[in-house]
Amino acid sequence: MDRFISRLLFLAACSSTAILALIALFIFMEGAPILFRSGFGHFLAGRTWAPLEGQFGILPFILGSLWVTAGSLLLGVPLGVACATYLAVFAPPRSALILKPAIELLAGIPSVVYGFLGVLWLAPLIRTHLGGPGLSILGASCVLAIMILPTIVSVSIDALQAVPRSYREGSLALGATEWQTTRRVVLRAARSGILAGVILGMGRAVGETMAVIMISGNATHIPGSILDSVRTLTANIAIEMGYAVGDHRRALFATGVVLFFFIMILNTAALRVARRKF
Amino acid sequence: MRIAPTLTEKIAKGMLMLACASAVASLLFVIVFILAGGFRHVSWGFLTQPILDMGRSGGIAPAIVGTFLMVFVALGIAAPLGVASAIYLAEYTLEGRATQAIRFGINCLAGVPSIIFGLFGFILFVVMLGLSWSILSGGLSLAAMILPTIIRTAEEALRSVPAQYRDVAASLGATRWQVVTRSVLPYALPGILTGVILGIGRSIEETAVVIFTAGSAVQMPRSLLDSARTMAVHFYILAREGISTEKAYATAAVLILTILVINILAYTLMHRVLRGRRAV
Repeated sequence: MDRFISRLLFLAACSSTAILALIALFIFMEGAPILFRSGFGHFLAGRTWAPLEGQFGILPFILGSLWVTAGSLLLGVPLGVACATYLAVFAPPRSALILKPAIELLAGIPSVVYGFLGVLWLAPLIRTHLGGPGLSILGASCVLAIMILPTIVSVSIDALQAVPRSYREGSLALGATEWQTTRRVVLRAARSGILAGVILGMGRAVGETMAVIMISGNATHIPGSILDSVRTLTANIAIEMGYAVGDHRRALFATGVVLFFFIMILNTAALRVARRKF
Repeated sequence: MRIAPTLTEKIAKGMLMLACASAVASLLFVIVFILAGGFRHVSWGFLTQPILDMGRSGGIAPAIVGTFLMVFVALGIAAPLGVASAIYLAEYTLEGRATQAIRFGINCLAGVPSIIFGLFGFILFVVMLGLSWSILSGGLSLAAMILPTIIRTAEEALRSVPAQYRDVAASLGATRWQVVTRSVLPYALPGILTGVILGIGRSIEETAVVIFTAGSAVQMPRSLLDSARTMAVHFYILAREGISTEKAYATAAVLILTILVINILAYTLMHRVLRGRRAV
């Protein structure tokens, strides 16, 4: 009896890995024909996306994803690491108890709500003060920066709290101030954990869909500046899935394959980095 | 000129505090903006009436029912599966090759973007298994998405159970399964529930998965094989297609309030568990 239960539980435990494998399998099965027929080079480096004429080049979307992700990291990482440092080191325990879940709650806000606020409030702000259409790389980066904040903050806090007390105490005993200790000892010791948080945040930014669709404008050309409208890999899939059939749909799945690859690389990197000790 | 370390300290602390304040401020901004804009339009009728004229008038009753049913299906699959996985990892095995592979799967699945779950659910459930756009397809896809959250929280909850609980039960002659079900699980239950509640939250806020697997029918669903929209999808369609800003705000307000209640519930539950532990 006990052995039977043990088998059953083992099967359950394998379900996540099985689902991951199934996801990879099905998306490849749908997307691979297009990838092989038009060639990886043509698909990845093609500049024209004209599905009705059978032209599937996703370079603009790859660049779009990279631009938007880079922008969100540029804004989100300093903010996130600063928040984490404050909460893990300086904040009084009582207020950290309230502030940490408040920041984590940012992850609970539906992404469509972020998109909505971006369109209603942020886009007009950018349009009037900086020019351009408003729905832009800059807008998307700002919204994504807020959305990836909880990931960066909570992983970084864990990393900072995992630094042995003796490191801190040793530095303080040598006469360093609290800030000197934090900057030169604690942050440095926690850097691989923080880096893992940043990579995970990057994964979230690359994978975010609904907010990006609403705020980034979705033009299919290669963006010229950060005030330009842009379309990401995720947005490309989500926008056209509704009506795509045949090769067009397969090309969207092929876009999914590229996205999946990218995310798996980021995930593996984050796991590697997180395992490293100090 | 050299700045005194004590002054640097003050400046640095101030900046860090400012960063934290701005993060919390953006949360408050989102919540206040939506609630202030939406609550004027929320009424009992709005919650109980059908969606009329594609959402221009009427209420959101079918979307509420759709959300509820889809969460129900997702939890029905993901909660037992997730808790069983966690029990295996925490109670039934030692760390090794096999657990490494399992953990890799869980961690990677947690990082897969929702749009990929949407594509997967669409091709497997909607097309291949012939479930078409339905609550069942949507729920199954959501189950795959929330599985890692439930496993991780449940495993953490199981690992926080003191070893004496297992030792005492085992010394009385209980089998491993009896130890787990009678002694460990009751103690870990609040922690496990926290993970389940977080899973509910993630399902409710999700749009990309649901829109490709459950469709966006406006009618009240009659069975699990009917297409339905969730509140998040309804809100997205209202906002994106510019159908009605007023109704969009109202839907968002209901959505945000639900999410707030769920997260606060999960947090207080977890906090109570942690505090209880410290007192022991």
